[in-house]
Amino acid sequence: MTDTITQGVTVTKTGEKGAFGGELLTVNFGPHHPSTHGVLRLIVDLDGEQVRSLKPVIGYLHTGIEKQMEALRWQQGVTVTDRHDYLSPPINNLAYALAVEKLMGVVVPPRADALRVIMSELTRLSSHLVWMGTSGLELGAMSMLMYCFRERDTILDMNEEISGFRMHTSYIRPGGVMADATPRFLEMLDRFIHDMPGHVDEYENLLTNNPIWRSRTIGIGRLSAEDAKVLGATGPMLRGSGVAWDLRRSIPYSGYENYDFEIATSDMCDCYGRYLVRIKEMREAVKILRQALDRLPDGPVNVDDRKMLPPPREELETSMEAVIHHFKLFTEGYSVPPGDVYVAVESGRGENGCYVVSDGTHKPRRVKFRSASFVNLQALEQMSLNHMIADMVAIIGTADTVLGDCDR
Amino acid sequence: MGVEALAESLGRNILTTTLGKVVGWGRGNSVWPAQFGLACCAIEMIATATAGVDIGRFGSEAFRASPRQSDLMIVSGRVSQKMAPILRTIYDQMPEPKWVISMGACASTGGIFNNYALLQGVDKIVPVDVYIPGCPPRPEDLLNALMILQERIKAQGILPQQ
Repeated sequence: MTDTITQGVTVTKTGEKGAFGGELLTVNFGPHHPSTHGVLRLIVDLDGEQVRSLKPVIGYLHTGIEKQMEALRWQQGVTVTDRHDYLSPPINNLAYALAVEKLMGVVVPPRADALRVIMSELTRLSSHLVWMGTSGLELGAMSMLMYCFRERDTILDMNEEISGFRMHTSYIRPGGVMADATPRFLEMLDRFIHDMPGHVDEYENLLTNNPIWRSRTIGIGRLSAEDAKVLGATGPMLRGSGVAWDLRRSIPYSGYENYDFEIATSDMCDCYGRYLVRIKEMREAVKILRQALDRLPDGPVNVDDRKMLPPPREELETSMEAVIHHFKLFTEGYSVPPGDVYVAVESGRGENGCYVVSDGTHKPRRVKFRSASFVNLQALEQMSLNHMIADMVAIIGTADTVLGDCDR
Repeated sequence: MGVEALAESLGRNILTTTLGKVVGWGRGNSVWPAQFGLACCAIEMIATATAGVDIGRFGSEAFRASPRQSDLMIVSGRVSQKMAPILRTIYDQMPEPKWVISMGACASTGGIFNNYALLQGVDKIVPVDVYIPGCPPRPEDLLNALMILQERIKAQGILPQQ
């Protein structure tokens, strides 16, 4: 069987029957397209309106983040981790910080762990809110964006209160966190935890039983548990296929084993199932936040190690030693013992891993991120096959790909 | 109606101006941006369009999916070497007169990424009217840039000089 390319982009496969006499139409989708969540490009073979093959083309947002980190000192690398998966910066910080701490054999104080959990869960919420807002927008539920970004802005205000920055907080650092939570932050968090379940009800009122939403998502983008595992899908993509795999439970970090929460799963294996998983995860995140806030331990938020973290500002005026430590840290940085380590955390999208190699100097030898967006993108073709092209928009949305995370 | 009464009633209902000012006023208050998001700044751009700050108050809520229908390109994020020719194509597809806002440190200068992968400033490939600092800038910063651009458009008259 030979493929013949006629004029333009039309590819004819002889012997293949379908709409228009079996002609497949190759359509380019993106990288500038409103529903591709950034700069994803897809090359789709269409038989009439049905998708027969789909090939993602990535790299339009390749930033060289991993290479850039080799040129930065260990503590400077945190700022770069913020920017690859730009919908969940503190979770990226956490993966990197845990990896560096594991190499150095550092254990952070309990209060730092609790603050890390709080920031991670807030981030998971804000990431899911962006997903829900944009997915709703794409399927015609325009008001979802307004509601979801209202709550997201509350979370960003909290980020700003605790770290001074709305999005790229760089709050979680090797050795602890940037600063202790302010009383105002805890107050805002308390109010947020109180209000958020009502807002989730509001979203559910708008979508869960909405006939348009249901008909656009139920049975669309099916991914069996077997396929999801084979394709390496993680996060809501895997849990939406009924596999209860969550790194917060399977390989706990930062004290997640002490919190009482359920792993959200759904056996529907379609876009609607993944929507239900995300809704459930938002409710569980609020539960974790409540427990973390109620049980927030007292004490320091950083390890007491002058070779790793700068001394407090007030010490600089009285202690010569503190000045020396400060100078050394901000000119040379600290060195990490040679070795390599892989640490994975659960982000809103799935397994967010960080592989770090150290050669014992003050800069990393290699930093590699295992991003959930990149791996989940593999499942896109499996989910889209034999669906209408209009449903592809729902399927791209359900994968919740962040192209910055995918291309890095 | 006597001549004086006529003059008085006309005086209350007629404005004299130049055509350039009217056109500039109309253009400045209906700048339609291309719906074109790149990276982190795109999320703040979406936040600018939502109810909290509401870019619609400045006549720019109509984000157009087609560059053929837009006057303004907001370069919201880092531009990689692979994306640069596409960005230029989108710019070329926009009808004149058109303007560009370079949103954020990456679009303006490459930001914290000085490496092989990124274009060190989008002004290497398209002419930029307003630069916004920040990584990412706040929604208010984008509104401020839009207001600066509006002042400039209003001052340009019928034939903006590109």
